[in-house]
Amino acid sequence: MSAHVTIEPPRTGNPGRSRRVRTRKGPGQVTRGNFELYSWLFMRASGVLLVFLVLGHLFIMMVADGGVEKIGFAFVAGRWASPWWQFWDLLQLWLAMLHGANGMRTVINDYADKDRTRAILKGLLYTAAVLTVFLGTLVIFTFDPNIKG
Amino acid sequence: MASGAKGARGTLYRGREGMWSWVAQRVTGVLVFFFLFAHVLDTALVRVSPHTYDQVIGTYKNPVVNLLEVGLVGAIMFHAFNGLRLIAVDFWSKGPKYQRQLLWAVVGLWAVLMLGFLEPMMQHTFHEWFGW
Repeated sequence: MSAHVTIEPPRTGNPGRSRRVRTRKGPGQVTRGNFELYSWLFMRASGVLLVFLVLGHLFIMMVADGGVEKIGFAFVAGRWASPWWQFWDLLQLWLAMLHGANGMRTVINDYADKDRTRAILKGLLYTAAVLTVFLGTLVIFTFDPNIKG
Repeated sequence: MASGAKGARGTLYRGREGMWSWVAQRVTGVLVFFFLFAHVLDTALVRVSPHTYDQVIGTYKNPVVNLLEVGLVGAIMFHAFNGLRLIAVDFWSKGPKYQRQLLWAVVGLWAVLMLGFLEPMMQHTFHEWFGW
């Protein structure tokens, strides 16, 4: 018995359910220039860098020297004493968040049908992404190894 | 597997490797994205106090969470290697022709690395449970 399963591409639609046509263009339709081209290119360029940054990060944290056991405040303090690892983590944070947010934007565009739903979801997404990048950047730049507590 | 092509009206995509790798890329991407939020927040606790940070990082050392981390590493590695495959399909002239073989290379590399990393990634749990 081999049940045949397919996942329909987004917006191919269930019959009887109206779906927004993605590529409709006409008088009065706003075009977005080359934005989607740059977005596509960014996913590939940032992806290549993230392969090295993130897999390097995972290897150091999860695999090398006892895996997760070693991680703690002292370990973080030791790493962020070096500008190399500060820069690594900063670049990783920005690229991962932009890459991830752009991917989520694509997923929302593909599956959220109503204009209002898409606007709300993207509003939440962009707010969360900006706050997270801001918080992470602040933490890397203001890290204090001698913090009290 | 191969019989799927007939059910999908002879197309190479529907129900085949190309479709499933696309689905897997989406699913792993969304999962990793949600983890990224949590991870920036837990790391931000280094600005609260060493004790608070170590306490929350302690959660990551719980055996069940340790297993979830193995799943996270698996999701990220698949997303990374399959992402490189997509780049090959987009930019390499022979990429589309060899996209299926490339997928099996991705899965093979993924399986080898996961097997090799399993023990190092789980050693904290093994240590706790069995005293290894």
